[in-house]
Amino acid sequence: MNAIQLDPQGGLDALVELLLADGFRVVGPVVTGGVIAYDDLSSGDDLPTGWAVEQAPGRWRMHETGDQTRFGYTPGAASWKQYVFPAHQEVLRIRRTDGSFAVTRPPAPERPFAFIGVRDCEVTALEVLDRVQLDPDYPDPRYAERRRDAFIVAVTCAVPSATCWCTSMDGGPVPQHGFDLLLTELNDSDGHRLLAESGTDRGAELLARLPGSLATPLDRSAAVAVGAADTDILAPKLSGKELPTLLAGTELHPHWEEVADRCLACSNCTMVCPTCFCSTFTDHPELEPDVASRTQEWASCFQLDHSNLGGRPVRASVSARYRQWLTHKLATWTEQFGTSGCVGCGRCTTWCPAGIDIVQETLALIGPAADRDNTDRDITDRDITDRASDHRDSGHRASDHRASDHRDSGGPGTA
Amino acid sequence: MTRPTVAVWKFASCDGCQLTILDCEDELLAIAAALDFRMFLEAGPEEMLDHFDISLVEGSITTNHDAERIREVRERSGIVVTIGACATAGGIQALRNYADVEEYTRHIYARPDWIDTLATSTPIAHHIKVDHELHGCPINKEQLIATITALLAGRRTPVTSHSVCVECKQRGTPCLLVSEGTACLGPVTHAGCGALCPSINRGCFGCFGPSESANLPGLLEVLRVAGNDEHEVLASLRTFNVTKFDTGATP
Ligand code: SF4
Ligand code: SF4
Ligand code: SF4
Repeated sequence: MNAIQLDPQGGLDALVELLLADGFRVVGPVVTGGVIAYDDLSSGDDLPTGWAVEQAPGRWRMHETGDQTRFGYTPGAASWKQYVFPAHQEVLRIRRTDGSFAVTRPPAPERPFAFIGVRDCEVTALEVLDRVQLDPDYPDPRYAERRRDAFIVAVTCAVPSATCWCTSMDGGPVPQHGFDLLLTELNDSDGHRLLAESGTDRGAELLARLPGSLATPLDRSAAVAVGAADTDILAPKLSGKELPTLLAGTELHPHWEEVADRCLACSNCTMVCPTCFCSTFTDHPELEPDVASRTQEWASCFQLDHSNLGGRPVRASVSARYRQWLTHKLATWTEQFGTSGCVGCGRCTTWCPAGIDIVQETLALIGPAADRDNTDRDITDRDITDRASDHRDSGHRASDHRASDHRDSGGPGTA
Repeated sequence: MTRPTVAVWKFASCDGCQLTILDCEDELLAIAAALDFRMFLEAGPEEMLDHFDISLVEGSITTNHDAERIREVRERSGIVVTIGACATAGGIQALRNYADVEEYTRHIYARPDWIDTLATSTPIAHHIKVDHELHGCPINKEQLIATITALLAGRRTPVTSHSVCVECKQRGTPCLLVSEGTACLGPVTHAGCGALCPSINRGCFGCFGPSESANLPGLLEVLRVAGNDEHEVLASLRTFNVTKFDTGATP
């Protein structure tokens, strides 16, 4: 891994400029309408300067810090999903001709994406989404086109938010892989600078063209310190990889009804989630005779008609819909795709108008670690912390852990 | 259906939904080519046929005369589509349902004895069988066109009943309730407008009526905790769809 020091202003300007010149559509965080959102960048100046974000269940507030910090906030309001898997897209257009049909499809995007400011949870979220959308048996060609050659500029999280829980889900503040470049913002006695490291050959190639000086071992250790900060927030809240086992058997738990009293079935959680992939296709006959189009839109398991079978919903109650969502994300996804469906970004919790907190609801369902009927092996916070750091050290990711790895660990639901 | 005959009817309403038809500027010629408007006073045609293939009905029922007239419309129509909050919910004029109409008439009209009105404003579906409903105050142009094209193709109309939040997120608007504490009725409101109000930084005011799983007590609690005045929130539920947003309290 090559590494250089970049000027937080000039370095980012050059980065955006070079990526644009290389033919990428460059997207990154911007301040708009009271939030950090992702949008097209035309220069490094478009990236926020001096903003901090406070997140809590159902609450997002930002304020200016008055300093020159470039990445002092946590993931944006919406995720990168919106680019690789748009909320609304035309899939095809059909015109009836003499005795036949002419089908046209929208062209593939002209330029590959370059995403700047991708956090560890977001790198993982893209990989989780890849497993779904690029499944060899059922690949989504539109997703493949949009995802192809995407250049990832990842960023170390220096200031996690109160809703972050990546360390419970095998992640952490420091992206370990899946990026072309990694930026870590340093601000210490050696000054305000960005440490830029490459993760791929094309990352190294770009790094060589950026206007920076060689990084020192001190910069490296400063970067490690950034990743280790804020341990209070980032202390694992539960053990993500145990959840398939722990949630099995909670189907009839009274807590589902308790959540349903508060849940508005509004679908915000699934829409902001970087991995929720449900969509629906709609056919539209056009006013012009003999023309029809087909569109694909994001859908949600919180919509009543989402579970329609034979015109009737299978999951009519909101408790059944919430249960479907939570258990799919945290448990059955693993069986289906080999990873958890959750990366612990906390968006569903922050952006739930009712402030429903995925971690707290899960804890209510599985009970505190000490109370669990887990005779073979009690899961303690200590275990979880140790395991989380083991995974980081060995570079293991959620994707390396199958439910089967711990099926016979003696947890409830496997008896 | 080849170029069906169409009537547009008006009951107690402001004409805004009918104007939405005329507002389909770019599509107007195509609509006129596809549909044979015979009765549409707002636009000109005034031809009473024995049978109209499609009737678009705007407005609510507020007089005995209208209650009779809507039955006649039903008899003359193949498909009845009600358009807008007045026709589907009774409209803002349904506030009278919770007040003393006689007292109103006494105060407002010089000759209250000339006024012949019902004590209630009711949706069309309370009087006749309605085939399709388009919500909103006014209705949404895209939904109207999608309904017309579906009827022409003999398909089910593509009106979904989930919350406005879905459209808000599909459009990429960050949630105002979460980021600013704005009183927004989006989570309990029927989609269809494309989340227009939140996109211009204004809370949804529920003009499409309740969504399929509207959890009003849940939202009222959220808005209270966010610091919104309870009376203002309740007042915002008592507008165009007052009969449909059941808050459990009399307005
Ligand atoms: S379920 Fe919630 S915390 Fe997990 S990835 Fe989705 S939005 Fe993030
Ligand atoms: S959990 Fe929250 S965001 Fe999700 S549907 Fe329920 S109220 Fe909406
Ligand atoms: S702004 Fe309103 S409509 Fe949009 S997500 Fe928030 S509550 Fe829903």
